[in-house]
Amino acid sequence: MLQITEGSHAVAEAVKLCRPQVVSAYPITPQTHIVERLAEMVADGDLNGEYICVESEFSALSSCVGASAAGSRVYSATTSQGLAFMAEVVFNAAGMRLPIVMTIANRALGAPLNIWNDQQDSIFLRDSGWMQIYGEDAQEAMDLHFIAYKLAERHDVLLPCFVCLDGFIVSHTFEPVDIPSQKEIDEFLPAFNPLHRLDAKNPMSFGMYATPDCYQEFRYEINAAMIRAKAAYREIAAEFKAKFGRDYTGLVEGYRLEDAETAIVAMGSICGTAKDAIDEMRDAGEKVGLLKIRSFRPFPSEEVRTALKGVKNIAVIEKNISIGSRMLGAVGLEVKDAVYKDSPNIFSYVGGLGGRDIRKRDIKQIVQWAKEGRNDCFFGLREELLK
Amino acid sequence: MTAAELIAMAAFKSNVYSQAFPAFGVERRGAPVQAFVRFDDRKIRLRSQIYEPDYIIVQDITLLKDVNVFAGLKEGGIAVINTEKDVENAPAGVKILKINATKIALEVLGLPIENTTLMGAFAAATGEISLDALKASLNERFAGPLAEKNIRAAETAYNIVKGEM
Repeated sequence: MLQITEGSHAVAEAVKLCRPQVVSAYPITPQTHIVERLAEMVADGDLNGEYICVESEFSALSSCVGASAAGSRVYSATTSQGLAFMAEVVFNAAGMRLPIVMTIANRALGAPLNIWNDQQDSIFLRDSGWMQIYGEDAQEAMDLHFIAYKLAERHDVLLPCFVCLDGFIVSHTFEPVDIPSQKEIDEFLPAFNPLHRLDAKNPMSFGMYATPDCYQEFRYEINAAMIRAKAAYREIAAEFKAKFGRDYTGLVEGYRLEDAETAIVAMGSICGTAKDAIDEMRDAGEKVGLLKIRSFRPFPSEEVRTALKGVKNIAVIEKNISIGSRMLGAVGLEVKDAVYKDSPNIFSYVGGLGGRDIRKRDIKQIVQWAKEGRNDCFFGLREELLK
Repeated sequence: MTAAELIAMAAFKSNVYSQAFPAFGVERRGAPVQAFVRFDDRKIRLRSQIYEPDYIIVQDITLLKDVNVFAGLKEGGIAVINTEKDVENAPAGVKILKINATKIALEVLGLPIENTTLMGAFAAATGEISLDALKASLNERFAGPLAEKNIRAAETAYNIVKGEM
């Protein structure tokens, strides 16, 4: 049944339904409402797990690593500077193949200090070995948590996963959400069955020293697991769809792409605004569509190529900047790699950084720019502030 | 933000989709803040702020000095304003609906918190949410005597506005 709830509280409900045994997090805007609610749930006895109050994000994820290695289902959430602070442990968690799920309420990185949304934080950990999936609205952000645990814990995957939602834009908005029952989630998501765990009777170590004669093979294995995660994701999302009716089966998702001459490519909440803009442009006779990237890691290059086949102009909306890259945006680089043989006109348009609002008119302008072949650039830039 | 959230809840209970969100990052009680609500017959996908509202609610009239609260308000739009005084600078073609919500809130709740009172006035002025849906959302948000008092405050404002229309 649909009910109005805040995005953050929908995520907290989802986490509770996943029955984590350990939650360890440090509050930081705009993730705060998620962990506050989880702390309440533990204090009230509604969530039968341990909430570890830590003094920093570094400790938050470190304690998750320990608890996960001991065989527990664990959860954390953070954003921006908090994620940057835990970066060392982010790599370690992936290297130890621990299926931790962590929500990222996407936010800009300083300096200058900025608490508002863009996607620079999760994207900067692109190469860490964590999966990264992005929800467009509260419902999708919530549902992706159920899928994320099942995916991360699969023995042929065993990789940690970021579930990303746009800070404030999704985390602080009240909207209708359908919250599944505990029984339904218990049927969908069985208890964590670790392949390896710390056990005094059968001692083993995680994350030990690896010399040049074996380190490279660990990296190979992480990448191989990430590639396997694509098929695993599809299977699990299909199972989710069969049970709950909501369809997240694609690592990408097209919107009105049939016969489209120009395609917007985007991740997260901006896809909603883009869909409304596309409907208006379609009504005016423009052949425009959207390709939503749901999974940034693993990056679904084959799906992107198939979905964009026949599209003349591709405009990637980037809520990040890969500073020093000619293409400007990290998503555009991936898209270009996927489709360069089919389409010459692939552009990155960077905007919405640090919470700058993106409107339908911005989307329409970007479509126009792509049709004109305007090169990779910023949109919504306040020229008067530039020296 | 509480008022926006409650209006979104009541609208949803009136069988439309709704979405409520603050002007991000500055939402604190007592500080000048903006919050936004959208209603639609279908699922709401749009995520930008609202620049051309159909309705505005002004909780604190002293803001009129510093902020053009009417910016973007559509022709034929309704402004529900917490005051008994004359409102200057109101654009032509906008319907101004004045109500002393602070007075009602003080009388009924004993506190100058006008969210629920203005919600009652908004429901009566616009017809976007029914009184029943409004009551249901207040019952969901508040418990016991607090729910009763807030419903009374909202209903008082609702009846005053209906009486003037």
